[in-house]
Amino acid sequence: MSHRNDRSLRVGALARVEGEGAMHVRVDGATVTDVQLRIYEPPRFFEAFLRGRGHLEPPDITARICGICPVAYQMSACLAIEDACGVRVSEPVAELRRLLYCGEWVASHALHVYLLHAPDFLGYPGVVEMARSHRDAVERGLALKKAGNAILELVGGRAIHPINVRVGGFYHAPSPDELRALARDTLRPALDHALATVDWVAGFPFPDFTVDHELLALTDPDRYPIDRGEPRTSAGRSFRVRDFEHHIVETQAAHSTALHAGLAGAGKYLTGPLARYTLNHAALSPPARRAATAAGLGERCDNPFRSIVVRAVEMVHALDEALRIIEAYEPPAPPHLAVPPRAGIGYGATEAPRGTLFHRYELDAAGTVVSARIVPPTAQNQPSIEDDLRRYVQDRLDLDDERLTSQCEQAIRNYDPCISCATHFLDLTVERR
Amino acid sequence: MNPPVVVIGVGNPFRRDDGAGPAVIERLRLAGLPGADLAESDGEPSSLIMLWEGRQNAVVVDAVHTHRAAAGHVHRRLMAHRPTGPGGRAGSHAMDLGDAVALARELDRLPDRMLLLGIEAADTGYGVGLTPAVARAVDRVVEHVAAAVHELRPEVAPSRDHRPEPAHGTREGLR
Repeated sequence: MSHRNDRSLRVGALARVEGEGAMHVRVDGATVTDVQLRIYEPPRFFEAFLRGRGHLEPPDITARICGICPVAYQMSACLAIEDACGVRVSEPVAELRRLLYCGEWVASHALHVYLLHAPDFLGYPGVVEMARSHRDAVERGLALKKAGNAILELVGGRAIHPINVRVGGFYHAPSPDELRALARDTLRPALDHALATVDWVAGFPFPDFTVDHELLALTDPDRYPIDRGEPRTSAGRSFRVRDFEHHIVETQAAHSTALHAGLAGAGKYLTGPLARYTLNHAALSPPARRAATAAGLGERCDNPFRSIVVRAVEMVHALDEALRIIEAYEPPAPPHLAVPPRAGIGYGATEAPRGTLFHRYELDAAGTVVSARIVPPTAQNQPSIEDDLRRYVQDRLDLDDERLTSQCEQAIRNYDPCISCATHFLDLTVERR
Repeated sequence: MNPPVVVIGVGNPFRRDDGAGPAVIERLRLAGLPGADLAESDGEPSSLIMLWEGRQNAVVVDAVHTHRAAAGHVHRRLMAHRPTGPGGRAGSHAMDLGDAVALARELDRLPDRMLLLGIEAADTGYGVGLTPAVARAVDRVVEHVAAAVHELRPEVAPSRDHRPEPAHGTREGLR
C-alpha cells in the first residue's frame, strides 16, 4: 500500500537496541513531515547524583550509566578529574587503560555486529534464527565477545562495571605472564576471527544511502583515537577538549528526555564509527588498514549501513593494538598516582564504541564535586538520526507499512544507539495522513 | 577445572525486585555453597552462555513478570537432556533469558540440565531493595538452590547452613 490517509502503524518494542525509547514518523500525503526519536526513559540524573561526592568517586558512579560501555565512562571521568587536579598519569598506566578500552571496543562491537545488526542484512528476525543457517558466524561472534570480556576481566577485575579502575590509574596491575597467556590463548585467535568478520560483513547488501553530516571524532597524531585525542570535525573545525562546551551546544527537545546536541554555528553532526574512520583511517594498524581496503572502504565512509564494516575493522584494530600493548607490557609501578584534590574545573573526552564521550567536573578545594556535565554520543547523534530517517523514509514511501517499519528499525540500528546512556525498547509508529 | 554446577543470578539490584537473582547469589556467597560456582549476570545473552557452557548443570535465578501469579511466587522449570521445548520469554530484560536459552540451544551450548527459578516481581522501578513478598521468596529460593545443588552433586557434603531437604517444589512453583 502507499499514500493512504489517516493511517498509523504501531509495532511492539523495537528490539536489538540498548535502552527504551520510541520513534515516531509522520507522513502527510507523499511527504515525511516529522521524525522524532522519543527517548522517554526518565532522565537518569547522574549529573545531579555526582554533586557533593568526592573527587575519586565519579569513575565508579558513572560506570553504572551503561552495562555495555562502562569503561568509556570510567576513562572520560578519570581524565577529567585528573585534569582538574593537575595530574597526568604515566605512559605505562595510559597504555594499560588503552588495553582495557580495547577490550570494551571488542566486546561492544562483537555484540552489536553479530547479535544485533547482522540479522538485519541477512533477513532474519534475530540472532537465534540467524544461528540456524549461519552457525559458524555466530560462534565467531561469541568468541570475539569472549575475547573482549577476557581483557575486561583481567585488566578491569570484571566484565561489567569494572572495579579495578581508579582516578590516577589502577588498584592492581596484572602480571606480564597473565597478559601474555591471554594474548597467546585468546587474543591471537580472536584477531583471525575479527579479520574473518570484516570479510563476512563486507559482502552484505548495503542500501545506496549516504549522509552529509559534519562528522566529529577525537584525533591523535600518532594513533587511532580510543582513550584520548583532540576533537576535530570533517569540516576542519578543531578544538581543545577543555573548550568543548563552547563548540557543542545542548538544547532541550520536548519529545525527548535526553538533550539534543549541535555544533555551535553549524547544527547537527554525527559522532561514532563513521566519524572515527573518516577522520582517522590513516592511523589504523596495518592489518586493520589492509582489511578496510579489501572491504572496499575508501577515504571516507558516509553510508551509515556500512558502519557494520567499520565496526568490524575497528575490532581488528583493537585486537592488534591489544597485542602490541601486551607485547611491550611491563607492570606500571606504582599502578596509580596519588591525585590530591584542588579547586578547579577538569575536562575529559574519549572514544566510546558509539562515539565521543565528554565529561566535565568542577571541584572545590576539598575535592567535592560542585557540578558535573556528561555529554554521551547517542544524545549528540539524535538530531542526525532523525534527519537521516526523514530522508530514508521519504524515498521508501511506496513500501507497505510492515516493510517500511522493518527498514526503519534497521536504519536506527546503524547508529547502535545506546538510549540507556542518552538518558531503554523502542516503539516505532508510522503515522500517515 | 570449573565445578560442574554454576548458579547464576540474573538482574539489576538497582531496579528493586529485578535484583532478586543477584540477592540469591549474595546470600549463597555469604553462606558458602561447596561444589558450585556462583555468578551474577545482567542477562546479556552471550555473557549468560559463557557462564553456563561446558557445565553439566546450571541453576538460573531471575525475576519474571508472568502476570499470572502473585508477587513472590517462584516458578520452577527443570530442563533436562538438552531440551528442545520453548525456553520461556518472561524475563524482565530486553534480550532476555529466553533469547539466551534459544541461542544456546541452536549452538549446542546448553548444559545437560538447567533449573530455571523465576521469582514473580512486584516492582521493577528505580531504586534498591526488594518488596517484602520477593524478599521472602529469596529466602525460599536460597534454600531450594542449596538443596538442588546437593542433588546435582551428591558427592558433595552439604554445609551446615544448607542441609538438603526434600525438594518441596513442583514443576509449576515452590510453595
